[in-house]
Amino acid sequence: MASQEIALPIDRASGISLVDRLHDLVVTVDHKKLGLMYIGTALIFLVVAGLMAVAIRLQLAVPNNTLLEPEVFNRFFTMHGTAMVFLVGMPIIAGLGNYLVPLMVGTRDMAFPRLNAFGYWMFVFGALLLYFSYLGAPGLNGHGSAPDVGWFAYAPLTGRAFSRGHSTDYWILSLLLTSVGSTVSAINVIATALTMRCPGLTLMRMPLFVWMMLVTNFMIILALPSLSAAQIMLLVDRYLGGHFFDTQAGGSAVLWQHFFWIFGHPEVYILIIPGFACVSEIVPVFSRKPIFGYPVMVGATTMIAIISFGVWAHHMFTVGMTSAGNTFFAISTMLVGVPTGIKIFNWLGTMFGGKIRLELPMIFCLGFLFQFLIAGLTGIMLAVAPFDWQLSDSYFVVAHFHYVLIGGLLYAIFAGMYYWYPKAFGRLLNRKLGLWHFWLFTIGFHLTFDTMHFSGLLGMPRRIFTYDAGRGWETINFICSIGAVLQAVGVLCLAVNILSSLKAGRIAGNDPWDAWTLEWSTTSPPPAYNFEDVPVVRSRRPLWDLKHPEDPDWKYEESEN
Amino acid sequence: MINEALLPPNVATTEWKLPSSRKVAVVCLILTETCLFSIFVAAYLFYLGKSLTGPTPREVLELPVLSTICLLSSSLTITLAERAFKNEREGLFRVLWLLTVGLAAIFLTLTAVEWRRLIYQKGLTISTNLFGTTFYSLVGLHASHVIVGLCLLLLVFIFSLTGSLTQMHRERVQMISWYWHFVDAVWVVVFTVVYVIGR
Repeated sequence: MASQEIALPIDRASGISLVDRLHDLVVTVDHKKLGLMYIGTALIFLVVAGLMAVAIRLQLAVPNNTLLEPEVFNRFFTMHGTAMVFLVGMPIIAGLGNYLVPLMVGTRDMAFPRLNAFGYWMFVFGALLLYFSYLGAPGLNGHGSAPDVGWFAYAPLTGRAFSRGHSTDYWILSLLLTSVGSTVSAINVIATALTMRCPGLTLMRMPLFVWMMLVTNFMIILALPSLSAAQIMLLVDRYLGGHFFDTQAGGSAVLWQHFFWIFGHPEVYILIIPGFACVSEIVPVFSRKPIFGYPVMVGATTMIAIISFGVWAHHMFTVGMTSAGNTFFAISTMLVGVPTGIKIFNWLGTMFGGKIRLELPMIFCLGFLFQFLIAGLTGIMLAVAPFDWQLSDSYFVVAHFHYVLIGGLLYAIFAGMYYWYPKAFGRLLNRKLGLWHFWLFTIGFHLTFDTMHFSGLLGMPRRIFTYDAGRGWETINFICSIGAVLQAVGVLCLAVNILSSLKAGRIAGNDPWDAWTLEWSTTSPPPAYNFEDVPVVRSRRPLWDLKHPEDPDWKYEESEN
Repeated sequence: MINEALLPPNVATTEWKLPSSRKVAVVCLILTETCLFSIFVAAYLFYLGKSLTGPTPREVLELPVLSTICLLSSSLTITLAERAFKNEREGLFRVLWLLTVGLAAIFLTLTAVEWRRLIYQKGLTISTNLFGTTFYSLVGLHASHVIVGLCLLLLVFIFSLTGSLTQMHRERVQMISWYWHFVDAVWVVVFTVVYVIGR
């Protein structure tokens, strides 16, 4: 009976012609399709920007290498950074939010389905525009190609005099478009989480995933305008002869840095909190215990969001702020460690004494926990202003933020993919290939980024296209580059797994992990309307209540209140 | 059948009431727009008095009293119009709504007149100095929001004339008035920053 229900949508899909299916993708407003389209598109850009990173590593593998021209190298690190943040991180978050939030709050679609499709297509066109710069940016006067000003595009490098041609314009306009997409998608998720919850699902019963998505999306709508405003000012400078960042007319290059990082630092938390969201769902299910300290997790997430708006200038210790400024931003940055530490202890507390099942999602969560801890520790080191003066713009910083974004976020996203793939496609991902993915990627990750800390400590600056032999950086860089290749092979395992499991994966059934949130109560993949009847919940773990009517959660939760 | 089992005893489903999605979304939109304006206001304040050449705000700016009165009173007329709509007094609604449109149009016209004077008589353009850059950007950003609001107002008026505006759309009309109040509130800030503090 159950397997028939699952087989039905697949059979039906195979009867539809390819043109019809593509047409359906273009006109769809279904949050599940849009969610998967977001994630699929982001994965394509993950491969593209990842290959750019591999090329960068190959160039740096040996001293005095000539694999990439210096100009090409500048374009590669700019496009790699911009794409990874705006075309991979942001859309994966939007995709997970789109797919899971309506299912988790027990509703049939997002609050604004058409706006949802609009947001997705804005993202796609913005992304295509960014990569089109390789063809379009030379323009009529033949200067430049893709953007080459770094992902934070400091003034005055972006001024008309230093960035001729249209490469910087492509950077500005494509990000303005994706920002519009991110903003409307954020508003949509907020509205869905706040106004579409099924009966009984009070705010303090919402799955932590939804809570964290809510916080992240609030941060998106508060932080992104700062980038958009700065980019509009830059356009005024470039096209209308304005002087915002034109130091010759009294403008300030440092103001760009402030505006960029007022967006840029919250952006880091915008990216990592969805990672926390995945981990907070997965760790309890595979430890067979409810999350430890639910209200504290909600509070810690909110605290991180609030503090993150007051730490931006720790990216700017080296521009020469006042010592009062340095002190303020050093302390506020260290303060972030408190709620983040609380979270790590809560995850550990959830695992403590639990019956841990080492399935793939949990394995990636364990990787996340170890690596994110180290990333946090180097973060606190860099928060110390005098330490940062020594290591700012060195490979130590590069190692730190890749530890956060790969060792932290990407591992959590991988965990989420292994966890929710069976829900989205009705089949489990292959465990053996998954283990290959985990071990190749983890070994590669540590080879690359553990060693990178040391090349930074030895004084290697970031963004140099090559270096001379004899500085003591050769061995470290060579090991780094081997690691990059291993990571690429690991991701290849994941890609093969995702594609082959579509047809060959083990049938998952509705609830392969014996989980507790509402998305597992419907079929895999869920029908277009998600739930036949709108569910009613009375505790944080509605499916536990369903499976254990003799000992439901709400008995305890209600006595708490 | 799953969902029946999900239903634990003693849950009063009838009392389940959540805020309107539309209102939450518009509040979010207003929040994000507020952040956008804050950055432009910050840039304006940061660059006050930092222009290397003239003209300065004191030399060329005049208090836009009339346009401020127009824009602020349009907030009142739109509130009254909304109330008339709620009470199903269609004629009064149309008159008040058209009045709001008119006041917005006067505001934009006066802004255009001011810009014309600044550009042709005082020689202040967006590229003249930092004051010009920040002034036209901030005031222009606000004016562009007024233009968007004006289009929305006109759309509602046309729908009202063609009869396709019904009580079903009450909340949408309300949302447009919220946006309009926001645009007015921004003008209070812009007025204070540009014409009072900055002069």
